[in-house]
Amino acid sequence: MRSGVVIFPGSNCDRDMIVALRQITGKTPIKIWHKENDFPNLDLIVVPGGFTFGDYLRCGALAARSPVISSIKNHISRGGTVLGVCNGFQILIEAKILPGSLIRNKKLLFTCRETTLEVQNCMKNPFLSGFKIGECLKIPVAHNEGNYFAPKELLKQLKEEGRIALKYSKQNNSEKNYNPNGSSDDIAGILSTNGRVLGMMPHPERAINYLHGGTDGLKLLTNCVKQIIG
Amino acid sequence: MEPQLKLLKINKNEYLAQQKSKLEDALDMGLTKNEYDLICKKIDKTPNMTELGVFSAMFSEHCSYKSSKKWLKTLPTEASHVIQGPGENAGVIDIGQNLAAVFKIESHNHPSFIEPYQGSATGVGGILRDVFTMGARPIALMNALRFGPPDQPLTKHLVSGVVKGIGGYGNCIGIPTVGGETNFDKSYDGNILVNAMAVGLAKKDRIFYSAATGAGNPVIYVGAKTGRDGIHGATMASTEFTENSAEKRPTVQVGDPFTGKLLLEACLELMNTDAVLSIQDMGAAGLTSSSVEMASKGSLGMNLNLDLVPTREDKMTSYEIMLSESQERMLMILKPGSEEKAKSIFDKWDLDFAIIGEVTNTGRLILTKDGFEACNLPLEPLVEDAPEYNKPYEIKTDKKVLKPSDLKINLTIIDILKTIFKNPNISSKKWIWEQYDSSVMGDTIFTNGESDASIVKIHGTEKKESYGKGLAITTDCTPRYVKSDPIIGGMQAVCEAARNIASSGAKPLAITNNLNFGNPDKKNVMGEIVGSIKGISEAASFLGTPIVSGNVSLYNETNGKSILPTPVIGMVGAIDEVENSLAISAKLDNVLLVLGQSVNFETGWIGCSIYQEVINKKYDGAPPPINLENEKKVIEILLKLNEKKLLTAAHDISDGGLLTTVCEMLFKYNLGLNINLPSNLINCNSYDPLLQSWCFGEDQARIIIATKDIKKVKLILKENNVDFFVLGQTNSSSNLNLKDIATISINEIKKINEKTIPSMMGD
Repeated sequence: MRSGVVIFPGSNCDRDMIVALRQITGKTPIKIWHKENDFPNLDLIVVPGGFTFGDYLRCGALAARSPVISSIKNHISRGGTVLGVCNGFQILIEAKILPGSLIRNKKLLFTCRETTLEVQNCMKNPFLSGFKIGECLKIPVAHNEGNYFAPKELLKQLKEEGRIALKYSKQNNSEKNYNPNGSSDDIAGILSTNGRVLGMMPHPERAINYLHGGTDGLKLLTNCVKQIIG
Repeated sequence: MEPQLKLLKINKNEYLAQQKSKLEDALDMGLTKNEYDLICKKIDKTPNMTELGVFSAMFSEHCSYKSSKKWLKTLPTEASHVIQGPGENAGVIDIGQNLAAVFKIESHNHPSFIEPYQGSATGVGGILRDVFTMGARPIALMNALRFGPPDQPLTKHLVSGVVKGIGGYGNCIGIPTVGGETNFDKSYDGNILVNAMAVGLAKKDRIFYSAATGAGNPVIYVGAKTGRDGIHGATMASTEFTENSAEKRPTVQVGDPFTGKLLLEACLELMNTDAVLSIQDMGAAGLTSSSVEMASKGSLGMNLNLDLVPTREDKMTSYEIMLSESQERMLMILKPGSEEKAKSIFDKWDLDFAIIGEVTNTGRLILTKDGFEACNLPLEPLVEDAPEYNKPYEIKTDKKVLKPSDLKINLTIIDILKTIFKNPNISSKKWIWEQYDSSVMGDTIFTNGESDASIVKIHGTEKKESYGKGLAITTDCTPRYVKSDPIIGGMQAVCEAARNIASSGAKPLAITNNLNFGNPDKKNVMGEIVGSIKGISEAASFLGTPIVSGNVSLYNETNGKSILPTPVIGMVGAIDEVENSLAISAKLDNVLLVLGQSVNFETGWIGCSIYQEVINKKYDGAPPPINLENEKKVIEILLKLNEKKLLTAAHDISDGGLLTTVCEMLFKYNLGLNINLPSNLINCNSYDPLLQSWCFGEDQARIIIATKDIKKVKLILKENNVDFFVLGQTNSSSNLNLKDIATISINEIKKINEKTIPSMMGD
């Protein structure tokens, strides 16, 4: 299993993701600096969270124009797997690798808390295949712009193509604000057309240890690694 | 004049900056006539405007601590685990395994009132730089906030802005904000307090200091460019507020957490090489204090060419460059020959890197601008002759001991409990905490809503059999106690902090303090300063938790009205196996017992308590007395019990007393409890003052613990001669019963607890 974590100026969850992947694979992922477009073939590329370029423009907009993006696109066109978390999800959207947009949270406040995610009946993909449909995962979010927004036609299309991977769940959640950001259809994560790219707002790398309050993030990432190495 | 200036290639404003100053200029800059005369005498000339600016910054209360220095010197600062005490950018303590914890707390009160978002954001940025300047990677942020009453027109705006600003910086730079405290009182209405604390981690043998070394070595400026923001911020922070303070908005700095993040990574990367000889961040008084302090600590001098300083705006004068408080800047002395290597690192992170001068052995600060000498000052008077005042003081104490029978009670225990949890000082601050990223870096075990102290795991100390070491952090102060009795209040702040650290399962180690007071020219305010320092010193010495860093913020007054004295204690502790840290939430079938409370304890201390405020609508009387022996005893026994893995939760008794604490322990799992009462209280009714004082009194040195093994715990407590009182065993009923006297619905109280702050903020 060869994995890499992309680092932009302002990335701040790169170390956390490296720790998680090392814990699972026993190997340290390579660090890919945003100016690089020449790195070895990898099984998995993770675009981690953070505030790339300060998010002073639209979140992820500047990072999406970095040299590394074309290499990520090449990796995808070769059938490679990519996971974008939080700001990484925003970058994948700004790079037009995933459709839709991520706008300000409905309450206009940064939100950091645990959420319950529900695995959707979606297309075959290396991230969630193996989980039961409707299975719940407790994974925290921490973001300002995680409100997934898409026009009705796109939402319909995503649903029909089985590309809605994770939703914030009403199940087992007494809080009326189970959806932390007001996203359309409670969407927390979506897949690319071929199912090899997942963008998600919650941070699986922050739920890898029972001391974090849960290990569902570990479960998700471990599943992903298993599916990739077959 | 104009054509001549053109000929000289000097811009007009720079020309003016290099002109001789007058007494009026000094007074404008916040200096006194005596101070101005002293300066002229010591430097043997009339200073020009730039030179006077440098003096005014160094002589400001903010930089010189002139009113408090005499008393700060009396604080205990030494212990075998202290690596660096006060006087550097941050304090450093040894936490074993060749690791050091580096930490400091600092206020940004005045700027945050004027411009809440930027004021608090730069408060966070500044304290982070203080920590990574020492070579430490910051791993946790805390804050202590004080606002005016929720119903005051500005409060909502200030709370919202300050919380956004703290989150805005911390979240972006990627350091978790793991806890703190937020309180409300009318005395802070015109003068809020924003104290930010940062904790970092370094290798014990890789700590960086600020003293300059080696004449001829290059002086390097790195980070963001210098602009006109924050000019004279240190002076602003050293005067009282008036109605015109809003005009001071331009003196508030603007934060850029993205550049802060780049600077953090670039500095730590460079510090991994052998290039850095000394380093200092440009905080209050910017380039002035950093250059003066570095040079004077090394007993050397410094020559700087201000034309080489990267500036954001055109035609900045020497005066402006020296007094700008633009953020995200550092000054370094590098090993000669390593400039290229260092520059390549800063280039990689897209940051400015400029060699702006060199270390000299002249003992003088010499600055040139536009080819002229803009400043030539001996360093000694700037540092050594900064005034130290022995201001008159009077320690006023309220000695009246309030008895339960003094109260006119028309509320039941349930009514009181509901009112207590409606009080924004007690109720859940979840609405605030959720706006802070508390889980980035992946090492947060507990925020301080979950445990009495916030716990972060120390990255890289994991072992096969353990998740490794952890740090526990808390900030505490009960200003109403300090107001009533500054000495007891000072002691109490230290004791509560230590109790909180211990309740999380960690050993209390050291303190950083943030002393927030009113105008020290008033005898009673000076008395509050002197008294609380005495109290802090006594408790800190006794508990073996020295003060290793800190900050003083005076003149927290608006139109002559002073804030409550608020000496905030930031304490750090350590736990060897982080999985043994304790939360406050009891689990099902746990037995709860109060450590430090005897079976014969019947009358609770109600003076200065939250309970008294509920009943009397005011605080007065003497605060609960402090018994340091007892404090130490409960802390030591708690740690002993936890080492034996006998505890499941712990929560210290503070604001709101015993019953409030019990409720907080039952909230998470909606548990119930049938509370035992001392025999003489069993037949009381719900209005009984004695019973109510037992429920809500704020007697100190008490911690409630939860255990699954009551037998063993009792045995150990008896062996060690520790007083305890068994409250009862938790059940699944979610009702808290006081015999037949009252049945309290935990769900109902919990809802009140969670609703107060959101409804105050209109959520």
